[in-house]
Amino acid sequence: MEHLDGDPDANGYAVSASGLAKRFGNVDAVKGVDLALSKGEIYGFLGPNGAGKTTVVRMLTTLLVPTSGAATVAGYDVTREGQQVRLHVGAALQDAALDNKQTGRELLRLQGRLYGLRGREINQRLSELAALIDIGDAIDRLIGTYSGGMKRRLDLAAARVHNPEVLFLDEPTTGLDPISRNRVWEEVRRINRQLGVTIFLTTQYLEEADALADRVGIINEGELVAEGTPADLKRSVGLDVIVARVDGSVDAAIERLNAIEGVQQVDAYESELSVSVANGASLVSAVALALNECGVSVHELTLRTPTLDDVFLQVTGARLQEDAPQDVGENQL
Amino acid sequence: MTTIASTQIRARRSNFLRDVMSVAERALRSIPRDVEGVIPALVIPVFFFVVNVGALQDQTEQFMEVDYKAFQLPVAILFAVTGISRAITVVTDIQSGYFDKLSLTPVNRLGMLIGFTVADFALVVALTVPVIILGLAVGVRFESGPVGLLVFVLMGGAWGLAFAGLPYAIALKTGNPVAVNSSFLLFFPFMFLTTVFVPMEALTGWLATVAVYNPVTYLLDGLRSLITVGWDSEALLKAIGAIAGVGAVSYTLALMALRSRARRR
Repeated sequence: MEHLDGDPDANGYAVSASGLAKRFGNVDAVKGVDLALSKGEIYGFLGPNGAGKTTVVRMLTTLLVPTSGAATVAGYDVTREGQQVRLHVGAALQDAALDNKQTGRELLRLQGRLYGLRGREINQRLSELAALIDIGDAIDRLIGTYSGGMKRRLDLAAARVHNPEVLFLDEPTTGLDPISRNRVWEEVRRINRQLGVTIFLTTQYLEEADALADRVGIINEGELVAEGTPADLKRSVGLDVIVARVDGSVDAAIERLNAIEGVQQVDAYESELSVSVANGASLVSAVALALNECGVSVHELTLRTPTLDDVFLQVTGARLQEDAPQDVGENQL
Repeated sequence: MTTIASTQIRARRSNFLRDVMSVAERALRSIPRDVEGVIPALVIPVFFFVVNVGALQDQTEQFMEVDYKAFQLPVAILFAVTGISRAITVVTDIQSGYFDKLSLTPVNRLGMLIGFTVADFALVVALTVPVIILGLAVGVRFESGPVGLLVFVLMGGAWGLAFAGLPYAIALKTGNPVAVNSSFLLFFPFMFLTTVFVPMEALTGWLATVAVYNPVTYLLDGLRSLITVGWDSEALLKAIGAIAGVGAVSYTLALMALRSRARRR
């Protein structure tokens, strides 16, 4: 693997934060987040809209001054050594923030110049990045004529002109069609695996965090509520999840379900009951029977492996995505 | 020729001049791509020159020893250049998020601000050309000669640049296009509470008092001196001082707003 050699990091982490907080007026947008990202890691920062993901990214990239707490990126303090941080990070912010009245080539060239690259270096990076983002002759067209997917790929290239050690991607696939989303995913994996770039990726898509991240941090209402590898987080919910969509009061059903031997936890969200169990196949009938005995009408009973959404439900009491795609291993009963 | 490994290409601090030129190149490229924003600025000064001369020339020249066309040419120049800026494009950058992308780079903040305004200087100098041609066509002659004409244009451009700091400050502070467009209101006290229609000695009461404190009065005196007197060093120094004073205030405000915008608390 071809790794980038950055400046020695004082604490050994590519990104670290301790008690990082941001207050806007009376609103605590971020409430004391602790982070420790190893070099070469893809860290998925998962949370719903308004959870504080972008605020954390903006503090780590020096665009916002933290209200309290401390953070280092690439070994440099984001508050006291902002210029050094900017030299070592790249960022593709939300909504592919680009200038529609420049061509793709002009934008990449300007980025290169602002990062202090020399003419020959800019030409070299331009030809490499143009090939990677695969937008063909469109690179000489005004960005305003690009599709959403082309803009995202160009934005990603612009964030990488100077070979940053740490790359921040703030919801890089929001609003993209599945094909464009897959292309961005492939590029993120390639940057990480081939170049060893540490990637801090915020997303509201469970499957994105699951597919890309080595570790996932779940943020809700400004607080980091869970953190771990996707497998560990899902394992914390249980080996299997039985999901029942029901009509009627679930309060009695929750009590009854909790009494079944082998049930680890029961979570209710609107008309949905999620029953975490060690061995789903052996308990499906017991769950169905218990619900029937409680007078609850069952519309749908599903056995599946846990998803990050189940983790989110367990730690916050709410679903992250109501229409989240079903995880592999699902069986509708 | 040796090619360095791509992964060894790393960011480094650029220098101030390169930052200015990089940002300026982008700003200059954007002018022909946004030409509809320039057309009104071409028409307005010519319109005011024709109307002011047509309405007031006979009456003014009847009572005062003044060549009113020569008297009005600097006014038309200031109408051409005052309040003309690309500050609204900064608002567009802020709203689109591209400003954040620029702020994420290690670009020198003052260099970025000056880079924005290089295109403004080029634009306002270009805007003076049709007014100068019109003035020469109707018989205005420069006592200071061709060099004086060049100084006249450059001083007009420098004033335009100095004044442009105000809309930039508003753009960077508010990120609001309506507020930037409203900054045009600043044009009126500067341009009309002064010797825009008649010489200083003809002003009376509060207007005369205000005109004494209005930097545009001294700028107009300096510009007019190049046409009617020749090289009047005192008038020119006062004009340059007026430009420098307004520029110092406006760019201090703009730089403060830029620093605050690039790293918000």
